[in-house]
Amino acid sequence: MPHTAIPLAATTAGGYLLVAAVMLPVAGILLSLLCGGRHVERTAVLILPLNLAIALFVLISVWQGGEPLIYVVGGWSPPLGVALRGDGLSAVMMVTTAAVACAIAVYALADFLTPAGTIEARSSYVFWPLLLGVCGAMNLVCVGGDLFTLYVAMELLTFAAVPMVSLDGRAETLRAALRYLLFAIVGSILYLLGIALLYGSYGTLDIARLSRLVQPDFATISTLALMTTGLLAKTALFPLHLWLPPAHAGAPAAASAALSALVVKGSFFLVIRLWFDVMPALPGHDGALLLGVLGAAAIIFGGIMALRQPRLKLLVAYSTVAQIGYLFLIFPLAWNAQSGRLESGAALAGGMLQVMSHATAKAGMFMAAGTIYAAFGHDRVDQLAGAGRALPISVLAFVCGGCTLIGLPFGGAFLAKSLLLESPAASEQWWWDWIMFAGSMLTSAYVIVVMTRTLTPARMSQAACASVPRYQQMAALVLALSSLLLSLAAFGVLGIIQIGRPDEAYVVAVTPLSSDAFSIAAILKAFNPVVLGTALAIGHMWRERALAIAADDMASSGKPSHARLALLDRADHALRQWPVGSTSLLFLAIAFGAAMFAAH
Amino acid sequence: VSGEILFGFAGAAVIGIGLFGLVTNADALRKLLAFNLIGSGVFLIFGVVARRAAAAGLGGDPVPQAMVITAIVVAFAATAMAIALLNRLFDRTGGATLTDGTEDGGDA
Repeated sequence: MPHTAIPLAATTAGGYLLVAAVMLPVAGILLSLLCGGRHVERTAVLILPLNLAIALFVLISVWQGGEPLIYVVGGWSPPLGVALRGDGLSAVMMVTTAAVACAIAVYALADFLTPAGTIEARSSYVFWPLLLGVCGAMNLVCVGGDLFTLYVAMELLTFAAVPMVSLDGRAETLRAALRYLLFAIVGSILYLLGIALLYGSYGTLDIARLSRLVQPDFATISTLALMTTGLLAKTALFPLHLWLPPAHAGAPAAASAALSALVVKGSFFLVIRLWFDVMPALPGHDGALLLGVLGAAAIIFGGIMALRQPRLKLLVAYSTVAQIGYLFLIFPLAWNAQSGRLESGAALAGGMLQVMSHATAKAGMFMAAGTIYAAFGHDRVDQLAGAGRALPISVLAFVCGGCTLIGLPFGGAFLAKSLLLESPAASEQWWWDWIMFAGSMLTSAYVIVVMTRTLTPARMSQAACASVPRYQQMAALVLALSSLLLSLAAFGVLGIIQIGRPDEAYVVAVTPLSSDAFSIAAILKAFNPVVLGTALAIGHMWRERALAIAADDMASSGKPSHARLALLDRADHALRQWPVGSTSLLFLAIAFGAAMFAAH
Repeated sequence: VSGEILFGFAGAAVIGIGLFGLVTNADALRKLLAFNLIGSGVFLIFGVVARRAAAAGLGGDPVPQAMVITAIVVAFAATAMAIALLNRLFDRTGGATLTDGTEDGGDA
């Protein structure tokens, strides 16, 4: 029996912190249900900082102890029982989640607070437990030590996220929530099928045990293909993004921020767990390459679509589609051809940094877009003139978040990109560099378009806009600024993600960043895409203007002005049809299976 | 053919029928039913796994059975939430398809 060779897991000193991290938000939800009324927001405001404190404690104990925290639930060690495991990756992810959730709560105080003397509204009552639910589920996603616990955590995350989409109860958001829910549960049923097959093959689902047991046989490969595809559906990686734009753009701003910044990262985190921790040798070069190619397609396609969106929140949502793509570039870049497995080195560190930087930047951008919507009553990109004067802090937050996404110094993405390109595989696979360059170019184009529109002085005829509390704008700005300074903060602590990797022989040290990462040349190079992006933005705005004039002419001459759907819009529309989306889901599962099978 | 293999094939067939229904049906309620069908197939496979992985002398491995109970609860919760959303959508629009022709270019 191979089981006897694996030592049983035992609870470590700080293990109870993991339990507290999961239980605290759950306790908060129960307390909200019990107390009701205005106690709900008080509970959330109390619990969320505590949650952050616990996450920081976990980070500090992992950092100082140099090994993962483990809690064996009920004293029953795996394979019979279940263990919670908090390693470096979990700690980083938990702190990011908790910090962003706190900022979202500050922002949401304005939208979902029930003032004294008024009757509570459904949305303001429900939002707070849902936010706590997202936090608790994310914590469980981070610390779950076996694949079934992770399945439950992922489902909790979905169940907390879906109602957030339809908080305002409009028909189109209900529809968006339903599409999201249906597509997500299909993804999770594929994951569950994978679990059944995996348990049938190995008799355990504990990650640490499985990582030593997995064999590249037919059942295991189909398992990995099924589970990966299921997770991709939940992460909305292109071409499975059919649910994301309507859901993220339709939700109230605070909810959009939580969905875009946190929820999609949950299922992405499981992909990392599965590929890096459970089966690092299984995917083969082709499997990793397939993920990278999908990521590259997401970057380009999402970027172009973001530029074409007429509404600010849709623009930000499509920008999420593109940014998710970056996360999947780590798989081909972490693949080591010599050892024939994914290695936890610079690429993984860069990927996690990208997760953190996108979480903070995107939450800030959605909040900024939300304040603009609240003030103007709409968020049409071509009618945002005067926003810069009315809401200077929000516009600054949006632009700062945008600069981070472009990869300008010293945002998190700036360092993340150089880390990704520092990995050994990057020298042979030069094309990823080009993809990232093109992605940055598109990102800078849409950020510049928004910046230009908002900084245009308002015309006299424009109606005065509603006032927005200053602390809402400040919450957005704080998030955006922290993302813009992330690489300076992350400089010293990047090594932490390598604590507790299951197979230490294959952990490659993240070099303490060769000094060229912050050299003048590197900084100047980061601005290159902006130059081309500016040209692109000017071209785009000029074209929009020409189209608008043509439409006016047609309207005045009495002819019906038909909406011009360009090829890309049609492609996106077609891809987001349900039959196409679900067929590509099945097709991807087969493609992953074939790619991995060919490798063995 | 042993009982387990027969059950395994039955599970696979049910999953296949469910997937077909999921892709082809436009109606959200039918999609939900198809999802439940896939779920049943997966649960059946869990049952097979419990038989196959059973230690000598036991009727079945309790761990997959425990997992199936949890998974059934999860699937039930998902179905309940989808039904609630569908109901609300029906109240608002008088229809319950996911296709809509309004702005956003009809994200069907």
